[in-house]
Amino acid sequence: MSDTNTTPVAFVRDAMLPEQAAPITAAGPLAWIKKNLFDGWFNSILTIVAIYFIYLIVSGAFPWFYNGVWTTDSLAECREILQGKTGGCFSVLTERWPQLLFGFKYPSEEYWRPTIAFFALFVAVAPVLFNKLPRKLLIVTAIFPFAAFWLIWGGSILVPIMVAVGLIVGYVVFTRLVYQSSAMGMIGGLVATVAVWMLSGYITDPLSGFLALEPVPSRDMGGFMLNFILGVTCVSLSLPLGILLALGRQSDMLIIKWICVVFIEFIRGVPLITLLFVANVVLGYFLPPGTNFDLILRVIIMITMFSAAYIAEVVRGGLAALPKGQAEAAGSLGLDYAQSMRLIILPQALKISIPGIVNVAVGLFKDTVLVSVISMFDLVGMIRGPILASTEWNGVYWELWLAAVLFFFPICYGISQYSQWLERQLATGHR
Amino acid sequence: MAEAKLQVSDEIAISIENMNKWYGTFHVLRDIDLTVNRGERIVICGPSGSGKSTLIRCINALEEHQQGRIEVDGTVLSSDIKNIDKIRSEVGMCFQHFNLFPHLSILENCTLAPIWVRKTPKKEAEELAMYFLEKVKIPEQADKYPGQLSGGQQQRVAIARSLCMQPRIMLFDEPTSALDPEMIKEVLDTMIELAEEGMTMLCVTHEMGFARQVANRVIFMDQGQIVEQNEPEAFFNNPQSERTQLFLSQILGH
Repeated sequence: MSDTNTTPVAFVRDAMLPEQAAPITAAGPLAWIKKNLFDGWFNSILTIVAIYFIYLIVSGAFPWFYNGVWTTDSLAECREILQGKTGGCFSVLTERWPQLLFGFKYPSEEYWRPTIAFFALFVAVAPVLFNKLPRKLLIVTAIFPFAAFWLIWGGSILVPIMVAVGLIVGYVVFTRLVYQSSAMGMIGGLVATVAVWMLSGYITDPLSGFLALEPVPSRDMGGFMLNFILGVTCVSLSLPLGILLALGRQSDMLIIKWICVVFIEFIRGVPLITLLFVANVVLGYFLPPGTNFDLILRVIIMITMFSAAYIAEVVRGGLAALPKGQAEAAGSLGLDYAQSMRLIILPQALKISIPGIVNVAVGLFKDTVLVSVISMFDLVGMIRGPILASTEWNGVYWELWLAAVLFFFPICYGISQYSQWLERQLATGHR
Repeated sequence: MAEAKLQVSDEIAISIENMNKWYGTFHVLRDIDLTVNRGERIVICGPSGSGKSTLIRCINALEEHQQGRIEVDGTVLSSDIKNIDKIRSEVGMCFQHFNLFPHLSILENCTLAPIWVRKTPKKEAEELAMYFLEKVKIPEQADKYPGQLSGGQQQRVAIARSLCMQPRIMLFDEPTSALDPEMIKEVLDTMIELAEEGMTMLCVTHEMGFARQVANRVIFMDQGQIVEQNEPEAFFNNPQSERTQLFLSQILGH
């Protein structure tokens, strides 16, 4: 009993314990394998079965790639070379590569034009996507749509320039009149733009040869280029339109609110294919005879309306997720509606909506292949039509559809990765 | 505290006459008459749902009133947007839940309104913001985001953000109700300092110690009406109406 009294209950540590390396069973690759792959008999069996399936797929696909033929002129020649061995006939891709990219009617000596436009696109979108780049690059972004139009469709450079002039004049009129009332600003701007466009016909018609590239009509566009044009144009148009619709739907002005609600609900309730058929066929009945309303433009309008309706709903979700106090705080500081929307509400609402917006954008980009149904020769239209129907390549399914996958997947995956990066950039430790 | 410092002038800052407000068919504010002189510090208390928040939110038009007249700093509050924006830029407000802008840094929170509403050059606005952040004793947090600050710090930033507009009147809507007890004091200290400088203040709060120390008038509201108003000493020591006595016994009784 007496020795219990000699050791006091109080304890003071006089030396801190040094850190020790974890045992091999707790960290390192072996521990990882044990924990993630062979954790108990059931998981071990699953791992082994999964490895077996992966082996089956790889061992089946490998010879197909390894024995692949890249240089023949037809499927029959491929078969001759392969002589019954498993192997892909990738010659269809090398031989029809320009058609997959540009369609079968785009003049081959002009391929450099869309190619330049394609690479210029990356310069043009870079300052929009990455905030850290110099803001002066936005000039390229502003010029790009007009330059790309000129490059791809050709014709006189005066046409896109006059379109741009019309928009600039409209914007200047808008900024002058908007101080009196926003409705007057909008109407004035619209009238000025249309007036400039109509008057510009007197300049562009006689000077149609001025700095002209060989014109390529819309019906000659095809291949992945067509998907890309539609995708890029419709995404960049439908985002602002969708935001306006979402704001309109929240508006206190009843007429604007109901126009937006009816538009969104109607467009969302109709399949995209139906809208495309309307664009292709039915719209012609409503337009005065002889009007030449460009088919690609019609399709762009339909796809844009379709995805804008979806984006509007996604953005509305973002707006609804913001606490009411944000708008009140902005208001109590004296910010007006436009300022509080632009500086406070939309930056936060759009940040919340990024996953949804990206979802719509990726979906839209893939949906551009639906134009093949209204007999436009986009990538899928080319594969299903001219290429698979030709006598040389009839039956080369796997290789062509794999190529289509490889066209679309990197872009869609890239968009998704960008959006996740953006979300991390915008995180400010809130919530 | 030197009472002499807290001078109240005869100039009228806010006058509310016969104001009525309904939420749908519910009559939230009934016949409110209230005149606030420049430099006055008014504490408004009352049970929840008595309309005290609604009252001060009517003053900067966050809520619309349906009847009566509100005049703030010589400007009559009507549905004219220009008047509303003018009043809002003269009247600062602090909210229960701070309502800082989470996507902007502390400094940007403070410079936003001066830059966009007052058209102050950015550099000047930043100097102004730092001056007021120092005043609320958190200049070192200027580059952080609101989500990284404690509640008390956030509320002090919110006060600094309002002060950056150099308002002549400050409204406080339960500024300490969402705070942990140990953070209440730092916010109240900031408010006391503000009062000592002669700011016209209307505070909806249940901090009775603050009311005793700073207020020169305490208003008790119930069921959308002003039930009693008096100087703090008289109000707390000798409440006249039964309703006020009951309320005070409930909040001071523990």
